[in-house]
Amino acid sequence: MTTEHGDADAYEHPPWLWRTPEPKRSYDVVIVGAGGHGLATAYYLARNHGITDVAVLERGWLAGGNMARNTTIIRSNYLWDESAALYEHALGLWEGLADELEYDVFFSQRGVLNLAHSLQDVRDSVRRVEANRLNGVDAEWLSPEQVKEVCPIVDVSPDVRYPVLGATFQPRGGIAKHDWVAWAYARAADALGVSLIQDCEVTGIEVDGDRVIGVQTSRGPIAAGRVALCAAGHSSLLAEMASIRLPLQSHPLQALVSELLEPVHPTVVMSNAVHVYVSQAHKGELVLGAGIDPYNSYAQRGSFHVIEHQMAAALELFPIFARARVLRTWAGVVDVCPDASPIIGLTPVDDLYINCGWGTGGFKATPGAGWVFAHTVATGEPHPLNAPYTLDRFATGALIDEHGAAAVAH
Amino acid sequence: MLLIPCPWCGPRDEIEFHCGGQADVAYPADPHVLGDDEWAAYVFVRDNPKGPFAERWCHAAGCRRWFNVVRDTATHAILSVKLLDGTAVPA
Repeated sequence: MTTEHGDADAYEHPPWLWRTPEPKRSYDVVIVGAGGHGLATAYYLARNHGITDVAVLERGWLAGGNMARNTTIIRSNYLWDESAALYEHALGLWEGLADELEYDVFFSQRGVLNLAHSLQDVRDSVRRVEANRLNGVDAEWLSPEQVKEVCPIVDVSPDVRYPVLGATFQPRGGIAKHDWVAWAYARAADALGVSLIQDCEVTGIEVDGDRVIGVQTSRGPIAAGRVALCAAGHSSLLAEMASIRLPLQSHPLQALVSELLEPVHPTVVMSNAVHVYVSQAHKGELVLGAGIDPYNSYAQRGSFHVIEHQMAAALELFPIFARARVLRTWAGVVDVCPDASPIIGLTPVDDLYINCGWGTGGFKATPGAGWVFAHTVATGEPHPLNAPYTLDRFATGALIDEHGAAAVAH
Repeated sequence: MLLIPCPWCGPRDEIEFHCGGQADVAYPADPHVLGDDEWAAYVFVRDNPKGPFAERWCHAAGCRRWFNVVRDTATHAILSVKLLDGTAVPA
């Protein structure tokens, strides 16, 4: 079923991808949020654990939140052991995902460059390369000349304001087609018996004593043996329904695309110092992202000056883009943890589980997050890969501090 | 783009400001009695509402003074401005 990458428009979708059942009054597991993580969790609950009496509730439409609002970059070049293990597990799953789901996701391993522009950048980057290698993650340190070989359109001349002093390179990183990832998981989960219910907003979480017993929704109450929250930017609001305060702040994260261009950009380029990340989508748009707006927001729109800044950064690196036009901009609402790492695991309420806090980087983790979260929901215990990502770490002090270390400034 | 009314300098673009997060987070009155969970709550947990949110802003590229703003996080409307002593300022 896998087609050649780069030819998405020629691909024929099946006439339907999933059913649209009416919600039942009760399920073994209710997952809140039909984004990538919710859908992947549902799929792995069914596929790995045989739990199929599952409803995925979505207040809007399937994969219409952050799944439709990201820059689709996939990599596992994180600094800390816990992160490398989790994201590398995800990357391994990405590599087999189209075959596994029998549906193309256009995973293109075109490599990810993280540029260094200062001596400190160079030191941090080389350290991360070594840390990656010790964790079995493919990583190389490239000189400016080697950067030019991988991505000829990057300006590596020494006389620019922030010269490229080198880069880390993860050849197995790349991009995928986000809609197709969601549709592939949705179709596969549906085929295994999972109910995908859109236009169904969760308005309350029912707790009896210490345990969750169901949810209130815009389409009536639904009882549940277990409830799994996968709502990204809105996780604080959901958790509050069960009287749980999460260490999260929600911020707008913007991205934009250019008009369609001929293939000019063969890889993914990220830069912290000038702060932009750029790839070229299969169809031909340049996809550009930058940082979050500094203030809290649920408005799904960001500030114009952030766009201005990222465009300036992009032009510094890619003078060839000077005449490219912006086609559209958008923003997602991302939930940022104090240590820039996610929370995946148990909550103070029995049978209520949470997967949140992915901040600006949840897409790349989609298969891995779904895998370990499904394990947690199915067994009531964290998978070894998400055991460190407990909500308790903020009290114990065992933080996984990826701020600045994870090859992106959050 | 937010247009933020600095009490001293008047309305200015958000790029002149630094956002300091939630307002009125008091240092623990008796820190010695706090357990780990309470410290974690104080250090790491802040309100994250969808709607009115009281937050601190500093006019970093202007008068460099701090003040409080109640801003709606869903609409970006600025609902009120106060000095740090609680005095209301006409927005």
